Amino acid sequence: MDLTFSPKETAFRDELRAWLAENQPDVEPLDGGEDAHYAWRRDWQRRLYDAGWAAPAWPTEYGGRGASLTESAIYFEEIGRARVPFAANTLGLLLGGPTLMVWGTPEQKERYLAPILSAEEIWCQGFSEPDAGSDLASLKTRAVKDPEHPDQWLVTGQKVWTSGAQYSKWCMLVARTDQDAAKHKGLTYFLMDMEQDAVQVRPLRQITGESEFNELFIEEARIPDANVVGGVGNGWKVALTTLMNERAGLGFALQIRLRQLLDDLIAAAAERGLLEDPRYADALAELHVRCESIRLLAWKGLTDAERYGQPGPEGSLVKWLWSDTNQRLTELAVDIIGPEALTAGTPWSYEFLRARGNTIEGGTTEVLKNIVAERVLGLPRLKVAA
Amino acid sequence: MDFGFTEDQRQIQRTARELLADRARPERVREHAEAGTVDRALWRELCELGWPGIAVAEDNGGQGLGRIELSILCEELGRALAPVPFLPSVMAATLIEHAGSPQQRERWLPGLAAGEFTGALGTAVDGMAELVIGAPDAAVIVLVEEDRSGRLLEAAQAEVTLTASIDPTRPCATVSVVSDGGEALAGDVPAGIDRALVAISSELVGVCDRALEMTVAYVKERKQFGVPVGAYQAVSHRCAQMLLETEKARSTAAFAAWTADADPERLPEAAAMAKAAASDAAREVTASAIQAHGGIGFTWEADVHWLFKRAQLDAALLGGGKRHRAQLAAILAERLGAPAVG
Repeated sequence: MDLTFSPKETAFRDELRAWLAENQPDVEPLDGGEDAHYAWRRDWQRRLYDAGWAAPAWPTEYGGRGASLTESAIYFEEIGRARVPFAANTLGLLLGGPTLMVWGTPEQKERYLAPILSAEEIWCQGFSEPDAGSDLASLKTRAVKDPEHPDQWLVTGQKVWTSGAQYSKWCMLVARTDQDAAKHKGLTYFLMDMEQDAVQVRPLRQITGESEFNELFIEEARIPDANVVGGVGNGWKVALTTLMNERAGLGFALQIRLRQLLDDLIAAAAERGLLEDPRYADALAELHVRCESIRLLAWKGLTDAERYGQPGPEGSLVKWLWSDTNQRLTELAVDIIGPEALTAGTPWSYEFLRARGNTIEGGTTEVLKNIVAERVLGLPRLKVAA
Repeated sequence: MDFGFTEDQRQIQRTARELLADRARPERVREHAEAGTVDRALWRELCELGWPGIAVAEDNGGQGLGRIELSILCEELGRALAPVPFLPSVMAATLIEHAGSPQQRERWLPGLAAGEFTGALGTAVDGMAELVIGAPDAAVIVLVEEDRSGRLLEAAQAEVTLTASIDPTRPCATVSVVSDGGEALAGDVPAGIDRALVAISSELVGVCDRALEMTVAYVKERKQFGVPVGAYQAVSHRCAQMLLETEKARSTAAFAAWTADADPERLPEAAAMAKAAASDAAREVTASAIQAHGGIGFTWEADVHWLFKRAQLDAALLGGGKRHRAQLAAILAERLGAPAVG
């Protein structure tokens, strides 16, 4: 057990930290709506890209730095610590690219990876559907061969929770290609061109009032055979690769954001003289313990991943604890900050409302508990009545 | 960055678990708990293996290994609920090693490290400490006061009155200083207390781990309405919650054990975090274990109550969750302006 960093890891952190100190993004556009905000993040990714910092975890042959898992975690810690935005194409960088590296053909890698890195082509994720949330494999969007063009597929269906869809060129789309096969077997993973009339994007307004996500309405959208990833009927496996990558690195950035929010709250409590109030002191100290144990458990998961090749299902614990802690933190903030935290448009009211999504997105807490119970503790699986 | 144990540490863990699985079987623990006796044969064996001196410096007659190795043993003994005075004795040694004079160290540490005699540690108010674990048999008793001052008593300098705690796996006593008896511990008492907190936290992690293991085994076995009760999410999610609490406690205890040797400046914070997390986790996890066992969990026959009782005593020892969160809040207040992120 050694919780210090190697000279190589420290050098990596120092280099990035120095670069971030020299290279702050432009001032965040608070007016001008989501388009302006997105353009700002896209511009930021281009600057990361120019300096070789867009995706350090990618192998050097694809334009990354071949960073180790630890270095990659350091990267997200530093991004979080510097309070700079995530790159515009985060889904392409974290999910799409790594999935193609595993399952893509040489042609696909050649065609798609570079524009992901440079933010030239933005990616979105078409997995969830209105009737397929936690039970993702029950999805109904269907792809059939075009009788007139046998090398092309026609896709029809509906997707939901698609962030960045309005800015995206490519969608990682999972669709049913075999109606008769077993639930998990009849799926195929496609790269769908978003620039076609058959794909309609409708913003999904969320409880914060803004629209981070969209709905996709797909009516006979065209996808060539060349855009199948990992083979027809193999979509579930490919999708799992994407999902496995979903929380691997981002967790470290989220953990730092939580830390910063807690530091802000502790400072606010102190200003109001509430840090000496035993009720608030106890609650803040409990959040501190949780925050630190999230950090420790995340590093522990990384050690396991480095030793055994991939993160275990224990990663579910980190996401579960993080989302629950962020909710508790923002609830306590409402008590400590007072009316300002319940006033529309304030940062604390935003954090408070946004936190409600944390225990749903990226695996609901209920599903995470099932994963822990079944795959970590080995408890019997609940048999659901058909 | 490596959060795992070294090969040597894993070896210590394996050896300890195998030994205790054989020597501290549940029926044996029960026998001693019901008789209110210490397992002297097991204690002798552990002493021959050098366990009590594992973290005592070689110059002081110990093995000179680290706090992580000590924590590994504490966790395994907690898992097994071994009826031996290991925890009180190593806590006393820790205080003497960090806060004692050269004479006090020389007088007591070799004997404690070798297990020739045992020690105990209690929290005193005006010279009187209640529920001091291991005190009835201890040759040397360390009392720490609320202000983190310490006092060292030879058995003859203390009035030791046997008291029955709810946890009969270890004998307890009320300890009073006889007149002006004992010697002050003039050194770094807080450094000793923080390390003692880590040892208790690790024992509590073991208690949690065992409670969860027993519960998982039980709910897989026990059937109601034709299925194992562990298939119901009301039960399985409770078990998942038990794992979450256990892992919170485990990660903070491991961090604290590491800082004790490698980064002592962070130890006061790390020890408070560990004790807060482990105290609450153990009380919650063992209570959950009783609940998940259903009716049988409330009986004397089921072994799960020993864990619940051990958890209460250890959680209270040197202060529970609330006390250590107050400590943390004070540390956070002091640090304002300089964020904790390392």
